[in-house]
Amino acid sequence: MDRIVGIDLGTTNSLVAYVDERTGLPVVIPDADGRRLLPSIVGFTPAGIVVGEAARRQLARRPSDTVYSVKRLMGRGWEDVKGELRYFPFKVLPGEGVVKLAVGGREVTPPEVSAIVLRALKERAEAHFGEPVEKAVVTVPAYFNDSQRQATKDAGRIAGLDVVRIVNEPTAASLAYGLHRLGQGVIAVYDLGGGTFDISILRVKDGIFEVLATNGDTHLGGDDFDRVLLLWLLEDIQARHHAELDRDCVDLANDNEIMQELRLAAEAAKIRLSAEERTTLTLPLAGFTYHRVITRAEVERLLEPLVARTLGPCRKALADAALTPADIDQVVLVGGSTRVPLVRRRVQELFGKPPHSQLNPDEVVALGAAVQAQILAGGITDMLLLDVTPLSLGIETLGGIVSILIPRNTTIPTSAREMFTTSVDGQTVVDLHVVQGERELAKDNRSLARFELRGIDPMPAGMPKIEVTFLIDANGILQVQAKEQRTGKAASIEVKPTYGLTDGDVERMVEDSFTYAEADVETRLLIETRNEADTVLTHVARALRQAGPLLPAEERQGIEAAVSALRAAREGNDRDAIRERTTDLNHATEHLAEAMMDAALKGALGTKRADDIMENR
Amino acid sequence: MSDFFEVFGLERRLAIDGAALQRRFYELSRQWHPDFHGSASADVQARALEESARVNAAYRALRDPLARVEYLIRLEEGRATKEGAAVKPKAPPALLAEMFEIQEALEEAKAGPLDEAARATLTEQRAGLEARMAEAEARIVGPLSQAWDAAAPADRPAALNTLKEALATRAYLRTVVDDLAAALEAHEQEARQ
Repeated sequence: MDRIVGIDLGTTNSLVAYVDERTGLPVVIPDADGRRLLPSIVGFTPAGIVVGEAARRQLARRPSDTVYSVKRLMGRGWEDVKGELRYFPFKVLPGEGVVKLAVGGREVTPPEVSAIVLRALKERAEAHFGEPVEKAVVTVPAYFNDSQRQATKDAGRIAGLDVVRIVNEPTAASLAYGLHRLGQGVIAVYDLGGGTFDISILRVKDGIFEVLATNGDTHLGGDDFDRVLLLWLLEDIQARHHAELDRDCVDLANDNEIMQELRLAAEAAKIRLSAEERTTLTLPLAGFTYHRVITRAEVERLLEPLVARTLGPCRKALADAALTPADIDQVVLVGGSTRVPLVRRRVQELFGKPPHSQLNPDEVVALGAAVQAQILAGGITDMLLLDVTPLSLGIETLGGIVSILIPRNTTIPTSAREMFTTSVDGQTVVDLHVVQGERELAKDNRSLARFELRGIDPMPAGMPKIEVTFLIDANGILQVQAKEQRTGKAASIEVKPTYGLTDGDVERMVEDSFTYAEADVETRLLIETRNEADTVLTHVARALRQAGPLLPAEERQGIEAAVSALRAAREGNDRDAIRERTTDLNHATEHLAEAMMDAALKGALGTKRADDIMENR
Repeated sequence: MSDFFEVFGLERRLAIDGAALQRRFYELSRQWHPDFHGSASADVQARALEESARVNAAYRALRDPLARVEYLIRLEEGRATKEGAAVKPKAPPALLAEMFEIQEALEEAKAGPLDEAARATLTEQRAGLEARMAEAEARIVGPLSQAWDAAAPADRPAALNTLKEALATRAYLRTVVDDLAAALEAHEQEARQ
């Protein structure tokens, strides 16, 4: 039996899982340090690429070369994303088709960045099994369109993975819950992740997981929660500390590093407020420390409109399934953002029943992907997922009107046939513009691709009869075939994906990915150690600026000596030396940290605290 | 190629046991879904893809009694089997006068703000039309469907025609109800702002 792993390629975190043959249960594969989540963050450094935890540690220090939340850019064009680009500290280049990022002195596409995350997971799985892993099931938001799915598949190919199936995240989650947890009935899966929202309504019966309807928003998630919180904090800081800001000539909003730290602090505060009613946010800034008590109620007021935006898609999905909330037997919560109490309350109000969340919402999608992988490998035969296409597929006709070929929520695989002909005598090429979406006009929908049917024999207008078959496969990805009926010969089709990569592009990227190989293990460890040293150095420098005067001169000198020693070691390539000096500096500053606590500056190493909290999630 | 009734081993009849249809759909899905043929030859995989797409299309066409009638009409008339509106909306002659009145109210609603009375009238009209639509649907999936099933081969074209007219009326009611709903919603949104 083939080994196929299940991968959740998330906006914030990614995971790899497999089904344990002995127990028949899906399990997450941890890394060498026992970490289960791999932050979906990629850092481009002069020495090479770092991914995951190491990249996360350099977020605040190398904001313009550290890419996070790239999932929001997958399969998208400049026009789609330009509105939110100002929140990203890395540079996204304008242009036709696929967006490109300018990072680490080169241009990369979102699938290439995702490929780096996928390769790290592939390596993690290979280390676990002690053998190559070449096949994977990868999950995507149910509401992802064709371009976004294709981009995910391309990312797999660039990473050297055969993506044998793209599975929708909410449906994957329902597989993870499985029959023994769900039983029979109608299930609503509410999936609010880092960057995307999905709602799927399923009927579970006799081992068949039949999706009745799905809806969502591919631009709504925890990132947006963090963003409103960040903007609110920014305003608050500017209002309360304008004197200091003016004095030091600090322009917060245009300082990438500060904005990044503020974003991380906002995220950490949001996470703490899911468990606590109030929390303190302490952030050492240029010449002062920002200190604020935040209550859950304050944050909920900010999040309310965002949470409300998830309810419309829920109602639409119910309507499409011809059901009312009372028909839903069980509600399942998926995605880290469903830890927010306000989200839980609103979901419970809408469906009128308390939602399920026994399985870890960060892991459940990967576990479900592993179950689907095991189904495909032939290891599970009593379960079958029947999913749907989330968006209507149509072609542009005269006057820019869309003629729908496959309505949304059609069970996949599905196909539609349509006849085309020529409008001019002797015409040998017919153009088709395929779009996805629910709007009447083609221009208001998502342009998927332009197809050119070529090699039509010259004939009077209207004579050729070209039968075009549009097939949406089990991945939710479109395949198009054309046949001239008179001759029965297959017409050649040239596909110009609007926001996708051509096969040639992907080939080139596969090759490039070898030349731009990830930093080797030694280099990578060195980068990580240096990053760790930098983090400590930054924090100490800030702490000294603020609490230095509280310390005896002797101690201060000791710290400064340790700082110099670490700086010197950091310039070299001796990893052990850097680590030792880092430890020394940490020892030397123990009292400093205590002094800061005593001075009611508790948590002055605010970002550090945020780091710890995110690790222990 | 077999028609969608044949996909499920059914005779060409409108009366279908929904639960049995679903069971058969699940069985056929288990037989043909590409998930269960991942390691088969390319030929078998292509066949599985095609068959499961067909099973899905057949289930979609037959599971809902109204969609089933639309499919039957297309099938009997020998038109290409494509999803979408097979029946052009047509105003029912018996309701013409009333419809004219509603259309007028709708035009007014589109043109400017609504007062309380006008909104109440529109709401009332919508409720009335919805009831009428439900009636039309019940008639189609009930007596008219039974009549077609029971008709002798020679009488079938007439029975089919009756179904077709009833569907056209229902489609018309649907568009007017949707228009009314849209107009009311637009005004509600304005009122909220």
